[in-house]
Amino acid sequence: MTVVIPTSLDQALAALADPDVQVLAGGTDFMVEVNAGHRRPEKVLSLRRIPELRTWRSGQGPAGPYVRLGATVTYTELLAPELARLLPALAQAARTVGSPQIRNAGTIGGNVATASPAGDTLPVLAALDAVVELQGPAGERHLPLTEFITGPKRTARQPGELVVAIRVPVLTGHQEFRKVGVRNAMVIAVASLALIVDTATRTVRCALGSVGPGPIRATEAESWLASSLDWSHSGTATDVATFGRLVGQAARPIDDHRGTAAYRRHAVTILAQRTAAQAVASLARPESAA
Amino acid sequence: MTSPYQLTVNGAQHDVVDAWLGESLLYVLRERLGLPGSKAGCDQGECGSCSVIIDGHLECACLVLAATAVDADITTVEGLQPDRGDFNAVQEAFLAEGAVQCGFCTPGLVVALTDLLDRNPHPSDLEVREAISGNLCRCTGYGRILAAAQAAAAVDSR
Repeated sequence: MTVVIPTSLDQALAALADPDVQVLAGGTDFMVEVNAGHRRPEKVLSLRRIPELRTWRSGQGPAGPYVRLGATVTYTELLAPELARLLPALAQAARTVGSPQIRNAGTIGGNVATASPAGDTLPVLAALDAVVELQGPAGERHLPLTEFITGPKRTARQPGELVVAIRVPVLTGHQEFRKVGVRNAMVIAVASLALIVDTATRTVRCALGSVGPGPIRATEAESWLASSLDWSHSGTATDVATFGRLVGQAARPIDDHRGTAAYRRHAVTILAQRTAAQAVASLARPESAA
Repeated sequence: MTSPYQLTVNGAQHDVVDAWLGESLLYVLRERLGLPGSKAGCDQGECGSCSVIIDGHLECACLVLAATAVDADITTVEGLQPDRGDFNAVQEAFLAEGAVQCGFCTPGLVVALTDLLDRNPHPSDLEVREAISGNLCRCTGYGRILAAAQAAAAVDSR
């Protein structure tokens, strides 16, 4: 067995030319499998010491402001005040991941590349139309998260390619992530939901986690809520129950050891109602008028 | 068999020789470096009993591939007290408050709370609860552990 610890992205990409190399980021999934004997890697490429992947920056693109998160930015870094101000729902999701120990190790790129149906950041990234930046032998390509994830633990990543960054739009308006599990910490989501209000375009985005093979955008529910919200503060009420029902219909849950499909559908319905009520309340506050 | 590598643990350099490179840091600490303070509970990051501080960050040693920690500064529970019997404030508070029963979770909790108090000398009860949310205790009960955390914070602020 060999372990390679490159100190630059170029070295990492060169090492990845070998198809037997397995990529190790924070280790919170990878090492569980190694310790249990379910994974016996012959060649490991550690991303621990690559400065380009460990940093984030904000920028201005044609579609507006964004944050570019290097692949090995940790959950702890996501929930720190500076990033939490720019990407509040992502910070909320990061705070629900595991424990301080797990959040210090686990990375955004690992969450995306592992593509677990229960990945906590995935509904937020899907709702924000985040873009996955890949680099590989054929150069660089960018894929929307919902195209990058092709199924449970399945992605469009090609041999030799590495997830190098996630590009996330910075929006104005209410953002919220909610998750259902048996306790607040150390929980794999039974169901989760991200609701994003974009006051600039008067649109709503809603994505669901743990109720399908990957994050699901509840597009019908999104347009319904956007057309029902009181953007001009005229005092119109919003029927959050209808929004909840439409979100529930968008879910494609299964029964497993963490919950039944029926419970999961019910859970996202309730999460949708509660987050929509918060969005309504936030629009009613004068400081959020846009 | 495989190439040797070096780890820096509690300020001392250790050679790791003839080891499978797939070993976790927890396994290497306990079985190869003679540092059994970090406990092997779940081997999947759930119990926190192997908590160590790596380059200033609290992590589960079981989730770190030891061979990738070659450039890191690792502190284990053994490194919190330079001399045997010379306890830090958290350890003293655990004794005083009776926050130890079987003792299996204690080293991980001591490391996690030492890390918390280093960053936040006056944590609220909720901050303490969140800081130890990844450390499972199945016998002492958390009441005395929370009391110990506050007692240690009070000592530190003197």
